[in-house]
Amino acid sequence: MSNNAQLEALVGRGYQHGFVTDIESDSLPPGLDEDVVRAISRIKGEPSFLTEWRLRAYRHWLTMHEPTWAHVRVQPIDYQAISYYSAPKQKTDGPKSLAEVDPKLLETYAKLGVPLHERARLAGVAVDAVFDSVSVATTFKDRLHKAGVVFCPFSEAIHSHPELLERYLGTVIPHTDNFYACLNSAVFSDGSFVYIPKGVRCPMELSTYFRINAAKTGQFERTLIIADEGSHVSYLEGCTAPMRDENQLHAAVVELIAEHDAQIKYSTVQNWYPGDENGVGGIYNFVTKRGECRGRNSRISWTQVETGSAITWKYPSCVLRGDNSVGEFYSVALANHCQQADTGTKMIHIGANTRSTIVSKGISAGRGQNTYRGLVKILPTAHGARNFTQCDSLLMGARCGAHTFPNVEVRNPTAIVEHEASTSRISEDQLFYCLQRGISQEDAVNMIVNGFCKSVFKELPMEFAVEAQNLLAVSLEGAVG
Amino acid sequence: MLEIKDLHARVGDRKVLDGISLQVPNGEVHAIMGPNGSGKSTLAYVLAGRPGYEVTGGSVLFRGQDLLALAPEERAQAGLFLGFQYPVEIPGVNNVYLLKAALNAARKHRGLPEVDAFEFLQLVRGKMKLMQMDEAFLSRGVNEGFSGGEKKRNEILQMLVLEPALALLDETDSGLDIDALKVVAQGVNTLRAPDRAIVLVTHYQRLLDHIRPDRVHVLARGRILRSGGPELALELEARGYDWLLAGETA
Repeated sequence: MSNNAQLEALVGRGYQHGFVTDIESDSLPPGLDEDVVRAISRIKGEPSFLTEWRLRAYRHWLTMHEPTWAHVRVQPIDYQAISYYSAPKQKTDGPKSLAEVDPKLLETYAKLGVPLHERARLAGVAVDAVFDSVSVATTFKDRLHKAGVVFCPFSEAIHSHPELLERYLGTVIPHTDNFYACLNSAVFSDGSFVYIPKGVRCPMELSTYFRINAAKTGQFERTLIIADEGSHVSYLEGCTAPMRDENQLHAAVVELIAEHDAQIKYSTVQNWYPGDENGVGGIYNFVTKRGECRGRNSRISWTQVETGSAITWKYPSCVLRGDNSVGEFYSVALANHCQQADTGTKMIHIGANTRSTIVSKGISAGRGQNTYRGLVKILPTAHGARNFTQCDSLLMGARCGAHTFPNVEVRNPTAIVEHEASTSRISEDQLFYCLQRGISQEDAVNMIVNGFCKSVFKELPMEFAVEAQNLLAVSLEGAVG
Repeated sequence: MLEIKDLHARVGDRKVLDGISLQVPNGEVHAIMGPNGSGKSTLAYVLAGRPGYEVTGGSVLFRGQDLLALAPEERAQAGLFLGFQYPVEIPGVNNVYLLKAALNAARKHRGLPEVDAFEFLQLVRGKMKLMQMDEAFLSRGVNEGFSGGEKKRNEILQMLVLEPALALLDETDSGLDIDALKVVAQGVNTLRAPDRAIVLVTHYQRLLDHIRPDRVHVLARGRILRSGGPELALELEARGYDWLLAGETA
C-alpha cells in the first residue's frame, strides 16, 4: 500500500459515537409560525418581555435570507419540517438530583465519557448536561452558589435572574444579527447561563455537554455568560451526536460579556456527527458566537477544536470596546471525508490599545474543504491597536482543499496588523522519518498532526486538552495522539 | 548481520540498483563510496523500506531475517537505523518526545516495558554530553530551525539512544565543519561493538580518517564496482572515480 493509501485508510474509520438513545420525546409538531414561538415561550413560563423579544426576532427573520457568502454547499433546509421543541419525558417536573435522572440518559453520558457522579468532582468540572432541548442534570451548584456564581440552564435563569437577562440578552448579538442568530432568538429552547459577580474568580471550570438526539429536531441553544468587573471564568463546551441519516440543523448563539478587568476563557471541543464518508447525514452547525470586551483591561479568549459536523459555519468573534482590552482566537478545524468547514473570527478594535491574536490551524483530509475566514477591523478610535494573525493549513491526501480569506480593515494609522499564513502537506518525508524510528504509521500521523496543532492545544485547560486530542483522534480516526 | 544478494530496485521507471551483492558481518564498519547519482543513498533507502523504492529482484537477510518482508517500522524495531542525509523538520513535535516514542517502540518489540521517565532523561543527557549538545535541543521541535550540523548531530544522538544492531549513515559527514565532524565520528565510534555493524555512505575520505572502516565498497551505476580495505578509500581520494568507471565500460 502506498503511503497515501495508508493515510486514507487511517482517516477513513467509522464514527465511534453513533448510537441513539431510545427515550420518548415530548415534541411540538414540525413547523414554525407565531403560535409555535408563543408555545415555546409558554412551555417555559417566560415573562412577557422575552415572549415579545422572540416574536420580534421571528418577524424579522421572515424578512431575511440565508447567507450565501460562505465557501460551503448546503442542501436546502425546510424550516417547516423542523420540530422546534423536544424534551425528554420526565415523571415529575424535573430531576432534583442525579437519582431522579432517567438511567438511560445517564447511560448515554457514560458512553460519551461525560464526567457526572464522582468523576466530575474529581475532575473539578461542573456539568450542566443538555439532552435535546432541556437540561436534565446540573452538578456542583452548591460550591458555585457559595462563591456567588450563577451557572444554570437558560430556562431556569429566566425565572431566577430575569433582570440580568433583560439587561444583557441580545446586547452582543442583536436578534437582527444574521439569519441563523435571528432564528435562534425566536425559537431558542435552552442552553446555559453564567453570571460571575464582581471580583469573583470562578472556583472551577464550567462545562456543558450538548447532544442532539430526537430525529428531525433542530437544536437552538442560547448561552449567555456575563463576567462582572474583575471576575474570571473558564467555560468548556463539548459535544458529540448520534448517527443519523438526515441532516440536522444546529443554530446556537453564544454571547459573552466581559466588564472592566474581567476575563472569560471559552473553550469548545465539537465532535458532532460529520456524515458518512460519502457525505450522507451529518449536522449543520451554523453558530453565532461573539464576545464583547465591554470594560477596560478585559479579556475574552476563544479556543475551539472543531472536528465534527457536515458543515461548520462559525466565527467566534470579539468586540474590543474597552481600552486595553484583549481578544484571542485559537482554532483547530478538521474537515475529513465530505465535511465542509468555513470558520474563523472577527476582531473588532474600538478601544485604544486593544490587542488581538488569531491562531488558526486547518486540517483537510479525504474530500474535506476547510476555509479560514477572518476579519480584523481597526476603527478610528482604536489608537495603538495591535493584531497578530497566524493561519496555517495542513493537507492530507490529494482530494481535499484549504482556503483562506483574511480581511483586514484599518482606519487608524497607529495600528499594527500582522498576518502570517502557510499551507503544507503531511509529507511522506516526515512520515518515513518517524517510521524509520520504529514508530507506527498511526502514531506517526498522530504525532505530526498533534505537533501542527500544538500552539492551539496548549491554550486549552489541561483535562480538556487531552479530551480534545481524543476527539480529534476519533475524527481523524486515530490520526492524532 | 547483513547479507545482500543480487539486489535490483527501481524508482518509477528508473532502474536504480542493478544487482548489488554485499555482506556486512557482525562487528564491522563498511564504507560505501561512489560518485553522485551512483545509487548510494538509494541502497540505504531500499534497505530502510522507503515507499516508492521498489525491489524488483534479489534478497536481503538481516540478522537471519528476510528484511524485505518487513514494513519500514518493523525494520527499525528489529534494529536497523538510518541516519538521514537530509533529516526532515517536524514542527511542534518535541525532540525528546520523538526520541522516547522511538525508544519505547524498540523496547516493546523486544518485550521490554516502557522506559521510566527519569531513567530516560538520564540516558539522553549522557548521550547529549557525548555529542556536545545543549539540553535545550530536547524541547525544540524535531530538527525545527536546526542548522545542517545540528541536524546531523541529532541523527547521531538518536542512534546512540536507540543502539541499533545495524546503522546506515547516509552522508552524515556532509555539511559538517571539522570540529563537528570529530564529534560525530566520536559518537559513531562509541557504537562500534562486536554485535553491531555500521555502514557509512560517504563521498569523502575525511570521515574515514576518524572512523576507520574494515571494508570499502565503490558503488556506481547501481552496482558495486570494487571492494577492498581502507586503502581503497585512499586510492579513490588520490585518483577519483574515473579510472574505475573507465574500467567498467571497457
